[in-house]
Amino acid sequence: MTDVNSNPETGGEEPSRRDFLYIASVGAVGVGGALTLWPFIDQMNPAADTLALSTTEVNLSALEEGAEITVMFRERPHFVRRRTAQEISEAAEVEVSRLPDQLARNANLEDSAPATDANRSTLSAGVDEGVEVDEALRSAMLVTSANCTHLGCVPTEGAGDYDAWFCPCHGSHYDTAGRIRRGPAPENLPIPPMTFISATTLRLG
Amino acid sequence: MSGPSTYEPKTGVERWLDQRLPIVRLGWDSFVDFPTPRNLNYWYTFGGILTVCLMIQIVTGIVLAMHYVPHIDYAFASVERIDRDVNFGWLLRNIHANGASMFFLAVYLHMLRGLYYGSYKAPRELLWILGVVIYLLMMAAAFLGYVLPWGQMSYWGAMVITNLFGALPLIGTPITEWLWGGFSVGNATLNRFFSLHYLIPFLIAGIVGLHVWALHVPGNNNPTGLSIKTKADTLPFHPYYTVKDGFAIIVFMIIFAFFVFYWPDALGHADNYIEANALVTPAHIVPEWYLLPFYAILRAVPDKLGGVILMFGAIGVLFILPWLDTSKVRSMRYRPLGRWFFVFFVIACLGLGWCGAELPDNKVPVLGAIGLNFLWLGRILTLYYFAYFLVILPLLGFIEKPTQRPASIEESVLGKGKSDASASAAPAE
Repeated sequence: MTDVNSNPETGGEEPSRRDFLYIASVGAVGVGGALTLWPFIDQMNPAADTLALSTTEVNLSALEEGAEITVMFRERPHFVRRRTAQEISEAAEVEVSRLPDQLARNANLEDSAPATDANRSTLSAGVDEGVEVDEALRSAMLVTSANCTHLGCVPTEGAGDYDAWFCPCHGSHYDTAGRIRRGPAPENLPIPPMTFISATTLRLG
Repeated sequence: MSGPSTYEPKTGVERWLDQRLPIVRLGWDSFVDFPTPRNLNYWYTFGGILTVCLMIQIVTGIVLAMHYVPHIDYAFASVERIDRDVNFGWLLRNIHANGASMFFLAVYLHMLRGLYYGSYKAPRELLWILGVVIYLLMMAAAFLGYVLPWGQMSYWGAMVITNLFGALPLIGTPITEWLWGGFSVGNATLNRFFSLHYLIPFLIAGIVGLHVWALHVPGNNNPTGLSIKTKADTLPFHPYYTVKDGFAIIVFMIIFAFFVFYWPDALGHADNYIEANALVTPAHIVPEWYLLPFYAILRAVPDKLGGVILMFGAIGVLFILPWLDTSKVRSMRYRPLGRWFFVFFVIACLGLGWCGAELPDNKVPVLGAIGLNFLWLGRILTLYYFAYFLVILPLLGFIEKPTQRPASIEESVLGKGKSDASASAAPAE
């Protein structure tokens, strides 16, 4: 191989100024090229208008015991369910250690909070100053994402082993606290950030 | 078998062109005088059929894009408009939609042909790998295209497939949001899927060029798996294989036309005629038939990440197949054990497709009596699918005793002792 650096001054042994220029220019082109790629990759991320997150207000006064509605929050459907006393006790009786996912997955709590029924219900929701909310209502209300944590399908209400939610896509069974009990889904249905802004109005976000 | 070129420009214009851009020479050497094994059967016509499929998809796709609107509020209606109001829109859309199924039908037969006759073995490893790349791109194009009509299956198919990436540890959520351009499958997703769906066929066309190039270096494999030894083993591509391919293409087009004109929705799903609804998942979501085996493999694993890894592994294993098969004999014709394992492999693939179409908890007919449901059938067949590549083919090369092979391709066609006579019977060029 011909030594392109060979010149009378260095005899090809020592790096020359030309070597430095070669390496510096090739390096600059490489780094510049890589930086140029970034706008083409980043343009696919959520745009500014998409990121300007909205909030959703849910009126709970129309919900009777055992009733459920689905609301849209940040582009995704969410279950809002006023649970019956039986549903609450069924969920509360289960020991957390027996759950496949033992974390609450609740945006209102710390990441390490356990998946107890209280940590899943709206007892964990914030309450605006001066607002009084009925304790029974708070423990009865359950608000979770309606997208199965497996691959995002919307589970069917009142079905499955626990008569709560059953995902038709790949057979995940959720209990009356929206916790995964059986099937391929890895996590409990996540709970969005929420605050009571009046006795019967819950704001998501 | 690229030898010295036999092209001779006959007119002044051809000579002028040949000295500047020898494109006619390239075509002549590749598709007219190209020496091709004389024993190719009809399983070898799918390369030509697939080329036609690709051209049909590109042409119909370009015209459909003139009428389609990639927006969540208009996409579904614009596809209905193509079906009802656009002149011949019903025909173009049925050709394009069924064309995808026909494309996969042909590619599966093409791949099984390669598996049976050992076309992936040296010196054709790169040819095979390029083929697997084309297959991957085809699946991407088909998935993206299926989302565009924005029906229920489109939407929920997109939801399930993009959520697969969410199984990746740490980077899962950023990657899925990057794919969506939002917090869920939405308008940004549809828009980019349309852009990419338009791009991929041209990538495929480029790699098909490399695939044909890589084919023309060692030349075609053939049913005996023997390499070409003498000129008597070959025939010129034209007219022998242009006509044979042409006939096969016509037969294929008859089947294609049957679906387009008489049964256009047979291979689709009724739920895709319901507009996408983010609040309701159809009770039974299934992918298109050509992806069902992979869907069954995905479901065979109770763990989310494990299922995703296994599903991609089912395609990934094809990339290393040339180095997994240890047998020195290419063609299964002369592999008494290998051919049976191959037959079971084909049955396993069909069975996986069946499992993918059924609910996992449903009982298998007949075998359901002993408690076998589709989940477990899928698990058994998934095990065989991987064992075929990772255990059976590597070990078989050491265990199996191949049967007697003919001395040459010529002998396999004309029988022993006739090779002298055939030398003069073979066409001069």
